[in-house]
Amino acid sequence: MSSDKNNINLKLKVWRQKNSQTEGAFETLDAKNVSPDASFLEMLDAVNEDLIKKDKEPIVFDHDCREGICGSCGFMINGEAHGPQKGTTVCQLHMRHFNDGEELVLEPWRATAFPVIKDLMCDRSALDRIIRAGGYISVNTGNAQDANNIPIPKPDADEAFMSATCIGCGACVASCKNASAALFTSAKITHLALLPQGRVEQDQRALDMVAQMDAEGFGACTTTGACSAACPKEISLINIAKMNREYLRASVLKKEELSGGGDG
Amino acid sequence: MSSVLDSKIPSGSIENKWKDNKFKMKLVNPANKRKHSVIVVGTGLAGASAAASLGELGYKVKAFCIHESPRRAHSVAAQGGINAAKNYQNDGDSIYRLFYDTIKGGDFRAREANVYRLAEASVSIIDQAVAQGVPLAREYGGLLSNRSFGGAQVSRTFYARGQTGQQLLYGAYQAMMRQVDLGSVELNTRREMLDLVVVDGKARGIIVRNLLTGEIESHSADVVVLASGGYSNVFYLSTNAMACAVTAAWRAHKRGSYFANPCYTQIHPTCIPVHGENQSKLTLMSESLRNDGRVWASKIKGDMRKPHEIPDSERDYYLERIYPSFGNLAPRDVASRQAKFRVDEGYGAQGQEAVYLDFRDSINRLGEDKISERYGNLFQMYGKITGENPYKSPMRIFPAPHYTMGGLWVDYNLMSTIPGLFVAGEANFSDHGANRLGASALMQGLADGYFVLPYTVGDYIANTQLKPVKDTDDAFKAGQDSVKNEIQKMLNIKGSRSVESIHKELGRIMWQDCGMSRNKAGLTDAIGKIANLRKTFWNDVKIPGVANEVNTEVEKAGRVADYLELGELMCRDALSREESCGGHFRDEYQVDGEAKRDDDKFCHVAAWEWSGSADKAQTRHVEELKFENIKLATRSYK
Repeated sequence: MSSDKNNINLKLKVWRQKNSQTEGAFETLDAKNVSPDASFLEMLDAVNEDLIKKDKEPIVFDHDCREGICGSCGFMINGEAHGPQKGTTVCQLHMRHFNDGEELVLEPWRATAFPVIKDLMCDRSALDRIIRAGGYISVNTGNAQDANNIPIPKPDADEAFMSATCIGCGACVASCKNASAALFTSAKITHLALLPQGRVEQDQRALDMVAQMDAEGFGACTTTGACSAACPKEISLINIAKMNREYLRASVLKKEELSGGGDG
Repeated sequence: MSSVLDSKIPSGSIENKWKDNKFKMKLVNPANKRKHSVIVVGTGLAGASAAASLGELGYKVKAFCIHESPRRAHSVAAQGGINAAKNYQNDGDSIYRLFYDTIKGGDFRAREANVYRLAEASVSIIDQAVAQGVPLAREYGGLLSNRSFGGAQVSRTFYARGQTGQQLLYGAYQAMMRQVDLGSVELNTRREMLDLVVVDGKARGIIVRNLLTGEIESHSADVVVLASGGYSNVFYLSTNAMACAVTAAWRAHKRGSYFANPCYTQIHPTCIPVHGENQSKLTLMSESLRNDGRVWASKIKGDMRKPHEIPDSERDYYLERIYPSFGNLAPRDVASRQAKFRVDEGYGAQGQEAVYLDFRDSINRLGEDKISERYGNLFQMYGKITGENPYKSPMRIFPAPHYTMGGLWVDYNLMSTIPGLFVAGEANFSDHGANRLGASALMQGLADGYFVLPYTVGDYIANTQLKPVKDTDDAFKAGQDSVKNEIQKMLNIKGSRSVESIHKELGRIMWQDCGMSRNKAGLTDAIGKIANLRKTFWNDVKIPGVANEVNTEVEKAGRVADYLELGELMCRDALSREESCGGHFRDEYQVDGEAKRDDDKFCHVAAWEWSGSADKAQTRHVEELKFENIKLATRSYK
């Protein structure tokens, strides 16, 4: 398309880091003639095409669906996870929200539990290990009864759904001054604890997932709410309160189990 | 033409084929299952459900995905829903009706036996998902809710707002992670399969590139399952995610797995139109929107008025006009073609390549709240991308490549022409014929993974002599060498064209000549252009960086190299299929804009055999399709 009079020029300060062993630094790059209809990642695509033309390595960032649902993308824009628009992943952030001549600082998620792999790409496999520790219902294929045998009140089902929409992008961790993964972990604990199918294992699940979260090196939650404010799926802070309750209950029950005589 | 393809469809009545077959299958006893290993490539709905289910049975499973996490697989983006013949609505649904709708929807180019099994399995999928905690939509009474999708006159689609794929994927992903925790599934992330290893004629392993280190690794097993998705990205612009590739399937094809019906591609009618040259992908607006949205174009050619300035009398609600019994819920291929006709004839929205999807009437009837509850996230996404408010003005939509019905040929057991290589989900060709109905992809991926492969993989293992194979054997070394050589060859070219620019050029050729309508002249021309573009790639591509570290350009280059071969085969397949059926529309074969099949000559699957070189034409094999339950008839939605 011919250059449009609404197109803008930007100055980017991008974190470049060759790999996890080397130190990184900011590099200043120009993004020229950017269409306001382009997405943020499409803007970076064009910058990368320029870099390739000049025999330079393109900026590496994770991305895939570009529809805000896979959770692959995410980096800091001027200190904000996924940039300035509320409830939006960086792939769904469009350039019409920026002004001509703006300078944008792009950095990867920064957290001990998310080591930088290259440039804006980091390793978020810690989140998978938290799910692995108990973020599921133990039901083998073929075990299920008819789906309508257990009615679930609509408000519970809706609330469980809201928690289950977490895409695991890590913006919550990156926005938290303690690099806590409490919002991510609590969303899964809450989703499953709200459903009758998930209640069977709710105590053990809370204990195991929280233990794994701590083992991965995520920080503690001090309930500042920065996570929820940055979350592209607007996962509510109430999830963390529910997780704390689940965890406390499970801890108390666990102690009783250990000290109690039982009837055997 | 030859016919060497044995579909292994069991005998007996359609209702009993799968049941009887399951009983006849040999079993592997629990202690022996531990001794057998299965590789699963891809962790979308089909791959994750297969890995979880096989792990539960006790096999040693190695799962591979290209992403940093299995939860990122593109199944996550499926919006609208999943079909199941539950008949919870008491509206006349049944397994037989879902079977019938799917065969008809596929324009009589799918295998009856597979489709019937799919309809049977659909019921168990919903049970399984709910047991896993998948939060499907419910009514106030606490029971599951349904909506309608195209090509059906019953409400059989289960959904979780506009995020059904995400929720079903997380269910399968969590089931798989449970097996990872239990030690029966080994998870390998950021690995891309670049070759299939065949030993003594059987699939025995894969060669992958570790995308973090660039290391080329060998992995051996008794069985390989490919669940690597579809190839819509051959069009460059599609609704698929950026990493969706034909590579895993194509490399298996080059090792002897036939590729079936490559020209059957689905162009989805309701996508957000292209905005400009730098566009990297297209975004779908779920078909579920057609439950409450009405599709229209202006009755006046070249009408530049804003949509709200066009009175009802000057609007052409063309789907309701042409297909009164299905209306806006006409199947995808039909709805896409009609949108194209409107634009081709000059009725596009404000002169653009777009038509309108309008919610004015349903908002007036139901209120904005109800519409927001049903489609809130879709409206929000539309708003973010276009900067327009779809509650106030109609959405502009246009068709875009979305799904590929073609894929690796498989028999009834989902085994390819290479023994021991099974193919599931979108990567195989089996269930959708020439057009897939909405909400059927999730159903098929999960049916294959949860309910078919756990049986058929076991039967293969129980019936096959599998000699011990190590990943250090010669066949693996040879595979590694060929992969390394190809990567080095691409890096050494140091030409002037970026991978992206070549991919874009391929996409334009494919969209122009092998898109919503095709003809002999265009396809012949495209075949020549693609061959030339392939030469350009291998002489002039430019890939910065080195092979032994993160290098996203190396990754993309391998995928585009495969698309350059597949694209040509798609055109050849489209050229040789001298009829129109479903999504395959040849200008030469039509009756008033509707597809005209030729059942005498083309009531078959075309499966292509690799010739050993991209420059040598592949051999076309056929599998005849027999319709014993549903009478072959002209498909009509009028």
